[in-house]
Amino acid sequence: MRISVQDAPFDLGKESTDFAQGHTDMGAIVTFTGVVRDLPDDPLKVMEIEHYPGMTESALRDMAQTAVARFSLGDVLVIHRYGPLYPGEMIMMVATAARHRKDAFDAAEFLMDYLKSRAPFWKREVTAKGADWVASKDEDEDALSRW
Amino acid sequence: MMDVLYFAWVRERIGLPREKIETTAKTVAELVDELRAREDRYDLAFSDLTALRVAVDQTLTDFDASLDGVREVAFFPPMTGG
Repeated sequence: MRISVQDAPFDLGKESTDFAQGHTDMGAIVTFTGVVRDLPDDPLKVMEIEHYPGMTESALRDMAQTAVARFSLGDVLVIHRYGPLYPGEMIMMVATAARHRKDAFDAAEFLMDYLKSRAPFWKREVTAKGADWVASKDEDEDALSRW
Repeated sequence: MMDVLYFAWVRERIGLPREKIETTAKTVAELVDELRAREDRYDLAFSDLTALRVAVDQTLTDFDASLDGVREVAFFPPMTGG
């Protein structure tokens, strides 16, 4: 298991390749990558991500440990960035390794659902019109109920 | 003595990221009442508790949580990770 909270960019190809190595008993690896999306009507200058150092790492580790137990994962990787990010940049990734693909997909979804509303990150979008904190969505909270 | 931390717009409204507070509050809710009584900027930041979340010693909890033995309390809006 590896958890990384970092301001630096990460290399998706290298992270995926490294993660995929050394799991001879795991038949399925799923990766998900979150990317900064531009705003169609009000171009995004920058997205600033704030977090709670200390709690962020422990919250991500708890989620990852829960996912390992629940979906019988062989391994899990979570990378999440903070600081100023620009449209098209990768914000975060999760990778899950399981014996079969359903557990690997489900675990990645589970982690993403929890990351959205239980990991202490806050996004702020800066456009020509000004800056605004991104509001949480009811659907993100509702998504947790399926687990 | 307790560390109180603020994040995102809570930090902006209160105007600082963290402070040390001497308090006799027994619960998070009592601490919120003390802070609101201090100054308008606190009153404004805490005016709608449904828009806020709280962590005690870096674990998410509720506003009725006890502060017994607690070293760090953090207030912030709902999280927007991922």
